[in-house]
Amino acid sequence: MSTRLNITKTHKLFIKGAFPRSESGRSIAVTDASGHVVAHVPQGSRKDLRDAVVAARGALDGWSARSAYNRGQILYRMAEMLEGKGGEFAEAIEAMAAVKPRTTKKKTTKKAGARAVPKPLSPDAEVDAAVDRLVAYAGWADKFSQVLGCHNMVNGPYYNFTVAEATGVTAVVAPDGPALLGLVSLIAPVICSGGTVVALASEREPITACIFGEVCATSDVPAGVVNILTGHREELVPQVAGHRDIDAIHAANLPKDQGQQLRDGGPDSIKRVRVREVADWTDVQECESPWWIEPFVEMKTIWHPAAS
Amino acid sequence: MGGRVNAGGWNSGESPYNVIVSKVTVDRVMADRRAASFATRSIKTTSKGEALRMVLSMIDLTTLEGQDTPEKVRSLCRKAMLPDGNDPSLPTAAAICVYPELVAVAKAELGDSGVQVASVATGFPSGQYPLAVRIEDTKRAVEAGADEIDMVISRGAFLAGERGKVFDEIASFKDACGRAHLKVILETGELETYDNVRAASDLAIAAGADFVKTSTGKVAPAATMGVTLILLESVRDHYWKTGKLIGVKPAGGIRSAKEAVRYLVMVHETVGEQWLTPKLFRFGASTLMNDVLKQLARQRTGQYMSSDDFTEA
Repeated sequence: MSTRLNITKTHKLFIKGAFPRSESGRSIAVTDASGHVVAHVPQGSRKDLRDAVVAARGALDGWSARSAYNRGQILYRMAEMLEGKGGEFAEAIEAMAAVKPRTTKKKTTKKAGARAVPKPLSPDAEVDAAVDRLVAYAGWADKFSQVLGCHNMVNGPYYNFTVAEATGVTAVVAPDGPALLGLVSLIAPVICSGGTVVALASEREPITACIFGEVCATSDVPAGVVNILTGHREELVPQVAGHRDIDAIHAANLPKDQGQQLRDGGPDSIKRVRVREVADWTDVQECESPWWIEPFVEMKTIWHPAAS
Repeated sequence: MGGRVNAGGWNSGESPYNVIVSKVTVDRVMADRRAASFATRSIKTTSKGEALRMVLSMIDLTTLEGQDTPEKVRSLCRKAMLPDGNDPSLPTAAAICVYPELVAVAKAELGDSGVQVASVATGFPSGQYPLAVRIEDTKRAVEAGADEIDMVISRGAFLAGERGKVFDEIASFKDACGRAHLKVILETGELETYDNVRAASDLAIAAGADFVKTSTGKVAPAATMGVTLILLESVRDHYWKTGKLIGVKPAGGIRSAKEAVRYLVMVHETVGEQWLTPKLFRFGASTLMNDVLKQLARQRTGQYMSSDDFTEA
């Protein structure tokens, strides 16, 4: 009797709605805490980054022209699909933490405003938090403009409004951990307002990012709105910093020098840069706030004759 | 295209009848495979830089819209003369391609910069006008200062089998051109088969074309590697027979620098290095220029550029 061979997934990049290998043909072995190889992921190159930016630029007009309500629906759909793949995500997270035992899945009830307990997340808790984060920004999609925008009082028979519009193509540089929650938390506020994203996955734990590509691909997210690269930050961060067709950067918990590289590249290539230090990714007050959306919108002021 | 003596159109030395009825057949499957194979060459940084500069020098910067204004044409002329203000060492475009009404505007702006003025004529883009009107159209464009005339053939007549009529028309436009060069637009997207493309190209060359050009840009598909290969082969066979050099211009649909470089590979491997000059090979394009400039700037600065870094073309 023959035993069945497991068919394991080939992790790939996610660019323009497709799953290509790196154009460079390179891959990286991902190892767990004890040094065992868990999987291989593509080692994205500068040309993969270039292709991803072209895809994100191409998708920008269509995505930002969609109604805020529709973007919210799609973000909610992403949450649904992420929830459905919860087991696969939890397994991938757990595989990286070989020494930690898997905790049983248990719904945690969050009290509004309560500060999250600063302890390492269990795989299930991280997946749950990532789902909740998408739901939160799905809600914000058609509401942030009311918070960030305003009706200005002017001296004359005019209405004067300030409205928020997406900045454009934003590069997300995810923290090493929590890999999934960090990635989702940085992407969601950007696409929420109509921006498009080129994301660099956690270098230490990239597998969940590869699976997250599948979530995007099956959630009616138009091709090119979210693009995900895996690879070495050291190689890709300088390229992100210098790329003149990237309009903004959203990063968190990076090594000092890489954060600095991004900040230095900003003024040189005219982009907005936000490199965060996040202590607790489950802190909803901090991480699900319109002020996470605000750095990636431009404020436009409109004068309109007042009706009599 | 020096050495041409046949202002009246006839230049192959064989009977017009042979050209009109003879039929060189083309194997479509193999032609497409051959064309696709040119995309597989590995071109290294230095050669790529040279190729990009060459592409730049071969562009007929084109605007053929109902909404063209004199100022839009002037701005396009300035773009042709100085493609990128950050790098004045770059070559100019080969020509500006406009409607006859705007030839004078372009001529005045370009002066003696060396950038040619090409004008579409002969009832562009359909060619469905009386012959007298089309000849007059051509004459006026030349009088207004056009250095090159991009004419359209009567696809209707060609497809109806009236090849002799098409031949005579091209010959009379050649006459009307005087000193201006004649580019014959075959509109390959409407010719249905590669056999027809080859036949139309042979016909145009025999009737006096200085250039054969794929498309108006108003019909899809416009230029493809496949049809351009057929034109290059037609031109090559004519050269082997007569020693005369005819130019080729793919137009419409070539938007990326990468694609343009593949065309150069095809030219090099089909008709040879002799054709790698703006005198014998052109790209009819507008958005292509900024993509080429982007790649050149990337080579110069090491950074990927934004579209906002370049003026509109």
